[in-house]
Amino acid sequence: MRKWLVEPDFLVERDLDRCINCQVCVRQCANDVHYYDEEGELVASDSEHCVGCHRCATLCPTKAISIQEAPLQFRPNGNWTAERIRAVYKQAEGGGILLTAMGNDRPLPVLWDSLLLNASQVTNPSIDPLREPMELVTFLGRKPDRVKVSAAADGHVRLETQLGPQLRLQTPIMFSAMSYGSISYNASLSLARAAREAGTFANSGEGGLHRDFRPYADNMIVQVASGRFGVDVDYLNLAAAVEIKIGQGAKPGIGGHLPAEKVDAEISATRMIPERTDALSPAPHHDIYSIEDLRQLIFALKEATRYGKPVGVKISAVHNVAAIASGCVRAGADFVSIDGVRGGTGAAPTVIRDHVGIPIELALAAVDSRLREEGIRNQASIVAAGSFRSSGDVIKAIALGADAVYIGTAALVAMGCHLCQRCYTGKCNWGIATQDPTLTKRLNPDVGTRRLTNLLRGWSLEIKEMLGGMGINAIESLRGNREHLRGVGLGDRELNILGIKAAGE
Amino acid sequence: MNYLIVGNSAAAVGAIEAIRAADHDGRITLLAAEPDHTYSRPLISYLLAGKVAGERMSYRPADFYEAHGVEAHLGEEVARVDPAARAVTTAAGHRFEYDRLLLATGGKPFVPPIAGLDTGGVFTFTQWDDVRRIESHLAEHAVRDAVVLGGGMIGLKAAEALMARGLKVTIVELADRLLSTTLDAEAGAILVEALRCRDAAVCLQTTVDRVLSRGGMIQGVHLTNDFEIYCQMLVVAIGVVPNVAFLAGSGIATRRGIVVDERMRTSAEDVYAAGDVVEADDVLLGEKRPIPILPLAYRQGFVAGRNMAGLDECYHGGMAMNSIEICDVPTISIGRTTVCDNCSDEGCEVLVRRDAKQGIYKKVVLREGRMVGVILVGEIDNAGIFAGLIERQLNVEALKPLLLSSEFGLLSLDSEYRKHMVSGPGIEV
Amino acid sequence: MKRIFAKEHLCIGCRLCEVHCLVQHSKSKRIITAMTREKSHITPRVRVQESGQVTFALQCRHCERPRCLEACMTGAITRDPKTGIILHDADKCVGCWMCLMSCPVGAIQRGREGHVASKCDLCQGLDVPACVENCPNEALVFEERSR
Ligand SMILES: Cc1cc2nc3c(=O)[nH]c(=O)nc-3n(C[C@H](O)[C@H](O)[C@H](O)COP(=O)(O)OP(=O)(O)OC[C@H]3O[C@@H](n4cnc5c(N)ncnc54)[C@H](O)[C@@H]3O)c2cc1C
Ligand code: SF4
Ligand code: SF4
Repeated sequence: MRKWLVEPDFLVERDLDRCINCQVCVRQCANDVHYYDEEGELVASDSEHCVGCHRCATLCPTKAISIQEAPLQFRPNGNWTAERIRAVYKQAEGGGILLTAMGNDRPLPVLWDSLLLNASQVTNPSIDPLREPMELVTFLGRKPDRVKVSAAADGHVRLETQLGPQLRLQTPIMFSAMSYGSISYNASLSLARAAREAGTFANSGEGGLHRDFRPYADNMIVQVASGRFGVDVDYLNLAAAVEIKIGQGAKPGIGGHLPAEKVDAEISATRMIPERTDALSPAPHHDIYSIEDLRQLIFALKEATRYGKPVGVKISAVHNVAAIASGCVRAGADFVSIDGVRGGTGAAPTVIRDHVGIPIELALAAVDSRLREEGIRNQASIVAAGSFRSSGDVIKAIALGADAVYIGTAALVAMGCHLCQRCYTGKCNWGIATQDPTLTKRLNPDVGTRRLTNLLRGWSLEIKEMLGGMGINAIESLRGNREHLRGVGLGDRELNILGIKAAGE
Repeated sequence: MNYLIVGNSAAAVGAIEAIRAADHDGRITLLAAEPDHTYSRPLISYLLAGKVAGERMSYRPADFYEAHGVEAHLGEEVARVDPAARAVTTAAGHRFEYDRLLLATGGKPFVPPIAGLDTGGVFTFTQWDDVRRIESHLAEHAVRDAVVLGGGMIGLKAAEALMARGLKVTIVELADRLLSTTLDAEAGAILVEALRCRDAAVCLQTTVDRVLSRGGMIQGVHLTNDFEIYCQMLVVAIGVVPNVAFLAGSGIATRRGIVVDERMRTSAEDVYAAGDVVEADDVLLGEKRPIPILPLAYRQGFVAGRNMAGLDECYHGGMAMNSIEICDVPTISIGRTTVCDNCSDEGCEVLVRRDAKQGIYKKVVLREGRMVGVILVGEIDNAGIFAGLIERQLNVEALKPLLLSSEFGLLSLDSEYRKHMVSGPGIEV
Repeated sequence: MKRIFAKEHLCIGCRLCEVHCLVQHSKSKRIITAMTREKSHITPRVRVQESGQVTFALQCRHCERPRCLEACMTGAITRDPKTGIILHDADKCVGCWMCLMSCPVGAIQRGREGHVASKCDLCQGLDVPACVENCPNEALVFEERSR
């Protein structure tokens, strides 16, 4: 049936004065928007299937193409926005669940933008990071309740307490879980290599570890998720740390589904499932129905890795996240990753992505406060996730109590992602969220690695600048130091939860 | 080191360039029968046609000898070689000694014994001087009709040039088609058609047995099929043979041409030979024979030069190949193009593609899955890839459906081969 | 010497190399003018070959022992003694296609510039050839590789 009420989202405009008919756009659009008209000897476009990924516009050597939002076709309505109306049309025509990808795109308040940082003036000197050492090294893992030190006769101080396994990060930023399968081989490889170059960690996601990425395992955290894809004892022992995935910010409470057609030979081998079968991640872990069950899995994994690696738990930020996180720590988690409502995904029902979960800022503050109150904050590190867009967001998260952050979307954007939110179609024109060999080639892993490494470097330099401005010379000293944050335009309740003062206080 | 080069064309230039790249100090002396600075022999037809001017004839820049430190004696024809004395003597009586000698004297036109040939208006067509002679003939006489005896490469080029000069040309060829050594009947017929469209006449399966003349000037020719053709000039172009006459008494071994080994050494110590004058390996026939084409002359000269300069390099053999564009129909033929035509051998296979509308005729000859020859008419792109495949005798069984298509290219080949070509540093064939 | 190498697994078949090669060899050196008014008489010397998923850009390999140079009967093809680049002089060329017949990778084309051959000159005068510079995926590299 013709979908006659659904109008295109975008309008492709071609400046004919600039178009040179080179057909680069024709060759680059996986959605067949552009075509070459042999008879007319010119390139033309049909906007209908344009997803607004800007691949054509970016590669067009004369910048003849511009992608416009389709002009409003509806009478303006603050409630029934064009988006809502279109969604209804789509469902009325197709039935079923509307899918989307990447993070929540609704104009929810982004609290990072309401938080402001402090700086030194007169009474305490700021530090110039170009002249003085500035420490960003971060250790993730369980810290002891108290430490015993002994001093030798020569004055040398030694740590007597045995520390549990720790991850050493050169900068408090890691790449969040994105499975090989949801993203391409080249994208996964870029992340792994960049993590190694920058001295931080990439997360395998729930799809197992491709044999080619095993050499990078020292800089990888591997996931154990409800589908248990690719999990065996080698997988666990190769990695630097293990993360049990309970939930994901973009789709709390639901599972995942990698369609059979994407499960090619490589992915099937990596996930340890038959080729061309659906890879279904159940919504819950079928062996976890309580904190006690979780504890069993945590310790099973610790046993399997001979207590040599940190084992963490990743949860989505939901309403009672603080209590859940506390349970995870008590169950033995060495780190807890919390993914907020704006966290990304390769595929999720739109309605879930857009309406389920709470923002990471509030969740993080709540968890940190709760663990402190319970006196167990030292027992686990907190990793915050869910749309860190800049080093400013990162440093604010650290001041709120995070030990480190995960970046996912920012990493993809660094590799070229234009946030068209069509990852689930498998036709990512940027070669990132696709397995189509003609498309995956478009991401040169050398370029991907370089761009990711540059991003981490840039953000780290900025964090050092901000720390210096605050008169702090180690990221450790900022962690949970909410005195360095002030809120603007926030209500008392939010300020309270965030544990910060209002600007001017 | 005292190098002596006899000859001034492709093989000689190849040798000089190779020697100079390896030996900056050795003395290089060049002797050439012709008086001209090294020039492109094939261009003589373009010169006659008026397509290139005299100054564009040169095969290398004007400062070539100087830049390569060559002492060139132009117009010195070598008359005798004396390997025992390590010296040559020229017709003018000059003597030149050598440590290493290269013989690159090329070919000379084969002129058959035809009655009455010894008259004005009869020419051969292999040298600049031939063009000069034809030019003065055209200037002094009212020439409207020309006969070209020989439908090979040189004959066709001569014919085309004379057509460009506004003459009515008749080509007389003994074989049943033009370019009989390189083309098959069908490709030959396409050329005949193209020539006839331009008002040339082609007489096949006959030859000239008598030249008709009056007062020492040609009037016409009589053919073996009893026709007579009225003409004011005749070009005899039925082939070239190695130019070895001056070696008589030297003891240097010759058969059809000078006999050389894979380092281009002759039977005499420190005497090398290269180009149209030698018989070297034919990779497809597995025997030695002269293949008088310019690419091989240059390559042989180059290999000889390197060996003369003390390096060690082998010539791996060559094969016949030619490119000719007659009346705007580009034609390339490589290797053995007719061997399998009427052959019932199991291993023989001929693939053909015809597209009369676009004027395309392509044919590939395969033996035991390997290409031995190709003819391309009309669509000649990527011809060199075929040359590579033939020379390397690669199995192309899997490529058969693609070989003749317009899309055929390096991409069609096995990925290892093409990676070697594309990603490998340069190409060693 | 530095040569251009194609990384077949990274070539995305966009053909921007062809566009920029053409512009570089145009008179105006301005993309819109070159690709409209000048296009019919300039040949891109790099050509993208394409078959299914496999694509790569091919241009002259600047061989150590160039078959085209051996075969060129006019002396139009030469090796620059300083750079090693295999050059083609369109003024000397007569379009006999001997070079085209000899190049084992098919890097020589019948040019649109007239009845002459056309081949890559490594963009003499540029530090990095235009095709390499403008490849959006760095699938072309310009580097020295040992044998
Ligand atoms: C009209 C024409 C068109 C051609 N077209 C093509 C073509 O399209 N493609 C192709 O591949 N080939 C073509 N050829 C053939 C090509 O020209 C030869 O293969 C090539 O020139 C051979 O080079 P060479 O150095 O061996 O000998 P040559 O070119 O024959 O040169 C011989 C040299 O030796 C000198 N010499 C001869 N005898 C003596 C002596 N006794 N003492 C001193 N010097 C002497 C001559 O002056 C000359 O300089 C064509 C030839 C002709 C005539
Ligand atoms: S044109 Fe062909 S033969 Fe000549 S140098 Fe380039 S790749 Fe080699
Ligand atoms: S086409 Fe031009 S460059 Fe090529 S061989 Fe002939 S004259 Fe030389």
